[in-house]
Amino acid sequence: MTLNRRIFLGTGAAAAATLAAPTVFAAGHGKPRVVVIGGGAGGATAARYIAKDSKGEIAVTLIEPTRQYYTCFFSNLYLGGFKEMDELGHSYGGLAAGGVNVVHDWATGVDRDARTVALAGGGSVPYDKLIVAPGIDFVDGAVAGWDLSTQNAMPHAYKGGSQTELLKAQLMAMPQGGTFAMVAPPNPFRCPPGPYERVSMVAHYLKANNPTAKIIVADPKAKFSKQLLFQEGWATHYAGMIDWIGEDFGGGDVAVDADAMTVTIDGEVTKVDVCNVIPAMKAGHIAEMAGVTQGNWAPVNAADMSSKTDPDIYVLGDAAQQGDMPKSGFSANSQAKVCANAVRGALTGSKVFPAKFSNTCWSLIDTNDGVKVGATYEATAEKIAKVDGFISETGETAELRKTTYEESEGWYAGITADMFGA
Amino acid sequence: MRPAFVLFLVAVFAAGQGAASGLGDAEKGAAVFKKCASCHEVGKGAENRVGPKLNGVFGRTAGTVEGVKYSTNMIRMGNDGLVWTAETLDAYIENPRALVSKTRMSFRGIADAQDRSDLMAYLRSFSDNPANIPEAEPTATGTDHDLDPAILAIQGDPEYGEYLASECSTCHQSSGVNDGIPGITSWPTEDFVVAMHAYKRKLRPHPVMQMMAGRLSDDEIAALAAYFKDLD
Repeated sequence: MTLNRRIFLGTGAAAAATLAAPTVFAAGHGKPRVVVIGGGAGGATAARYIAKDSKGEIAVTLIEPTRQYYTCFFSNLYLGGFKEMDELGHSYGGLAAGGVNVVHDWATGVDRDARTVALAGGGSVPYDKLIVAPGIDFVDGAVAGWDLSTQNAMPHAYKGGSQTELLKAQLMAMPQGGTFAMVAPPNPFRCPPGPYERVSMVAHYLKANNPTAKIIVADPKAKFSKQLLFQEGWATHYAGMIDWIGEDFGGGDVAVDADAMTVTIDGEVTKVDVCNVIPAMKAGHIAEMAGVTQGNWAPVNAADMSSKTDPDIYVLGDAAQQGDMPKSGFSANSQAKVCANAVRGALTGSKVFPAKFSNTCWSLIDTNDGVKVGATYEATAEKIAKVDGFISETGETAELRKTTYEESEGWYAGITADMFGA
Repeated sequence: MRPAFVLFLVAVFAAGQGAASGLGDAEKGAAVFKKCASCHEVGKGAENRVGPKLNGVFGRTAGTVEGVKYSTNMIRMGNDGLVWTAETLDAYIENPRALVSKTRMSFRGIADAQDRSDLMAYLRSFSDNPANIPEAEPTATGTDHDLDPAILAIQGDPEYGEYLASECSTCHQSSGVNDGIPGITSWPTEDFVVAMHAYKRKLRPHPVMQMMAGRLSDDEIAALAAYFKDLD
């Protein structure tokens, strides 16, 4: 391939290039270059697969500010005491060893004409294909009284790491019989069962350590993911502890006061001890700066995750507006493989196979009480469309729930190995 | 178009009738049971031996007889919902390892469909309520798991398999390590294909695997088998 490319480029004839290999990349520089912004379930997977499968034919650069990545998935299990923070941390050493150029910096802008990504530390990185996988940021003014300056008093804990540790510390410091409040987000948001698994894990902790404490959830939605399963579990394991206030009872009419530590729900003011505010979400800010968002999210083509705005940019995971897939780590990882296959095909002429997507989300309700929901998806002209799905049932045996939890641990080990290299 | 369609319906109907017409001859089945009797007892006063006693096996969840040491996989499949019916027992007796990988039942299986049918008729007479035994669905013949040799003969494309396998590796680690989800590397091609088709036909009971296998074509299953065979 390398030899062919040299000979081929040596002709210097653009017309010949078009005839010889119409779909193959033909730039006037050395190896084709892929830049990936964001090293989570979408970005790390895409970088790793492109580097691995192109066997050195493509130069892959990953731009990720953190040196140690803490997964947001499974962070609720840390709150519940089932995982240590260390178990959720992953370095980028495996990716570097796998041939990915890992740059620990913030991407601060994308020049789509020059095809370069600007870095906070100075300089810029050129690309032929850019993969944008920045996860989520929060919508300004989504919850009255809350902004990033109050996130220390009222943590969102919806990005893994320090915020999760902060929320756990506040949970542990709650006075006996105190109140834990959660402001749940409107659709669409990262990890649809996440807030409700979190309620379960907080309740698990409180039941053992602070059994007279209460949990209030203000929710702008009328229903939520795995609702029957969670509510069955809450009634079984945490009877009387959890008060979920949905849209029908004013759960969407919320204001917080971080100084007074109060939550006002439908006009009623409640003094609380911990307040976990999970605001409305949007694509990570860099997607907006790259000009590939419409509204809060970045629309993509289902077949290859390419941006509907710019064919040289791909958007993965939570930031993408793709259709039916939930915003989850599993989804991002699934989309990344389809995208990696397509990007490699565009740059080196490797075979491009049809898109297949899938997702499964496991949630833990109490010790050994795991549930799951999942689906398969396909690419249509309009969107990523659901094909088939399943969900755990209420009233399942304890043995099955335990098997499901053990399976979720297997999945965590599997997906993190798949993202970061074993 | 229309004649072909009618023919298809007739074929399906005929197959369904065959499967619904009941099990074989219990007396002949008593003779077949001698192959099982070194490890299993059935009938009045039967006890667990190397394997579980087989009284009441129809309708029982796999891996649930008190006091029997089962393989992890048998227990897991019971938890996942494997219940012994004419259909699942037939698949298990034909090739135990194809239905339950690493089962402790060290038995190569009974290839003859009539022998299996007779054996099940015999076993069914020791179930609590023989009239109320779960039968196979009329559309699923007793030999559904008996893969068409043409399917087993498909030569998979390992390059396509590698791409498809990236969907598996979200849960099944490419190193083959089992941290709660089984390793699937270095499997003999035939075992892989048989197992995937058992999920596809919902003989093996796991909702994620039924869903994933359910949308794979015969060629795609062969491609995956070809790829995973050589993955250490």
